Amino acid sequence: MTLWRMILTNLRRHRVRTAIGATGIALGVATMLSVVGLLGGAVKMFEQILRNDSQMVVFEKNVSDLFFSNVPVGLAAELEAQPCVKAAQPVLFAVIASPGRSIITCFGIQASDGRLRRGKWLQGSVAEFKGDAVVLGERAAGFLNAKAGGTIALGQGTYGVAGVVRMENGFENGGVFMPLPACQKAFHKEGLCSVITVAIADGHRLAEVRDWIGTNREHFSAMDNDEFSRSYAQFQIIKVTAWVVGGCAFLLGGLSVTNTMILSVFGRIKELAIARVCGFSRGQVARMIFGESLLICAIGTLSGWALSWAVLYGLRAIPQFQGYIEPSLGWAEVASATGLSALTALLGAMYPAWYAARLNPAQALRFE
Amino acid sequence: MTQVMVRDVWKSFDGGRIEVLKGVSLEVAQGEVVALCGTSGCGKSTLLNVISGLEEVDRGMVRVAGRDVVEESTRVDLLRHHIGYVFQLHHLMPDLTLAENCLVPIIAAGGHRNEGLARLHELAEATGVTHRLGQRVRELSGGERQRGALVRSLMNDPELLLCDEPTGALDERNRENVFDLLLELVRSRGRTMIMATHDSELAGRCDRRVRMRDGTIEGEMN
Repeated sequence: MTLWRMILTNLRRHRVRTAIGATGIALGVATMLSVVGLLGGAVKMFEQILRNDSQMVVFEKNVSDLFFSNVPVGLAAELEAQPCVKAAQPVLFAVIASPGRSIITCFGIQASDGRLRRGKWLQGSVAEFKGDAVVLGERAAGFLNAKAGGTIALGQGTYGVAGVVRMENGFENGGVFMPLPACQKAFHKEGLCSVITVAIADGHRLAEVRDWIGTNREHFSAMDNDEFSRSYAQFQIIKVTAWVVGGCAFLLGGLSVTNTMILSVFGRIKELAIARVCGFSRGQVARMIFGESLLICAIGTLSGWALSWAVLYGLRAIPQFQGYIEPSLGWAEVASATGLSALTALLGAMYPAWYAARLNPAQALRFE
Repeated sequence: MTQVMVRDVWKSFDGGRIEVLKGVSLEVAQGEVVALCGTSGCGKSTLLNVISGLEEVDRGMVRVAGRDVVEESTRVDLLRHHIGYVFQLHHLMPDLTLAENCLVPIIAAGGHRNEGLARLHELAEATGVTHRLGQRVRELSGGERQRGALVRSLMNDPELLLCDEPTGALDERNRENVFDLLLELVRSRGRTMIMATHDSELAGRCDRRVRMRDGTIEGEMN
């Protein structure tokens, strides 16, 4: 018989109460991991769109969203003229509508863009990607009911369909690739793009490009991809939102644990008094309550892992979400959720443990 | 050698409105068996509680085995190693087995499990509950529960046993059996016992009978 055996017995004899407490934590863990995983995955997909075989991205300084960034396309040619740059690709991001579909992501790119190379061509060819002929992602072709050689209405214009490609990234697979000049015209951004992705020449450093931009183009920033991901406000907002939503879920889980532990303490005041009479110190009583809370949270955390895995796996298996849902859960997220769970257990048990520890055993034994 | 020394102890409840002990003094020597007699509400249980440290005194001094029962650490140490307590009701934990209940003081004292089990079997043998050790408390009879409570109180081999109406909830036959057992265990080990009781017959079998009345020690009875 050990203290842990007593803890287990206490939890086992009120199975429903224990299960409710653990469920609160499980939902907290599952919500946090699911939200963080989904939004983290979304961020990762945006990052993939930006990377496009490059190591750096050049964009307009002090814009809150890349959709509002205006970079002269001519800068790409200037960059490519530098020995430290292997390739510089301008990309114009936009959102366009078509009859029956109000939001379609639109990428204004050049025919030499790596995206068109990477995708699996299902219809048409890159040679047709010019003028007013667009390439559709496979999913976009599906919902626009379009085929290579046909035409589609996008925004204010009508465009020919140069081909259909299958892209791994859900946003690209559900998007429209438009020749850059046509895209600029459609969005009244002649001569401009949103970003320029830059691939560094072998033997050169990223800092060379950053320095060149800093010296010659003070209104623009050049960042390596990881630095951009860390500092881009939209990504940060998404990540913070994910953790805040998850944190709120944990708060509710913590209240559930507190409630469970309060009921547990109030339901056995005499037993706690007897434990004190048998020589339990206040600290031992508190440890017993904290131990129960930690065990509830451990059960909840394991269940939460399983639940979040099932949610993420289940969503990914739904055909409509394929490509859009690429959950990204690393050890850091799992460890953070587990750490929060342990913290919740300790905070949730604080009042019940304090109450139990300061019980006057003699009074408690008279308690009816 | 003095085992328990109580000097001019005052204890009240409800912010001083209810005075339960009014200047009580008592000395109990090592190995003595003392009965505290008196009507309900005269302060017997409260006196036992202040001796064990479960209740703090308002004024006065309580010393057990030469140690002042003031600090929390002293109280805990005395309850772990020096004092055993038996109540009118067994106060065993219903969802634990009898053996598990009896091992609670060993857990509290951080004792070794095997030593605890050896002691448990010795005491269970002496009290006749060996065959019941693996059963949950709710499956035991009233007499068995009280014997179990007795075993638990003796698990840490206490020098001082405090008993608050230990046979008060038992029928006549069990009352005799449990009390005989209690006396035998205490006397054979040379332990000290202070027992609060209404039962003049049981009190008559103790070494001393101390009469309490209205929160004071009225005197000793022959």
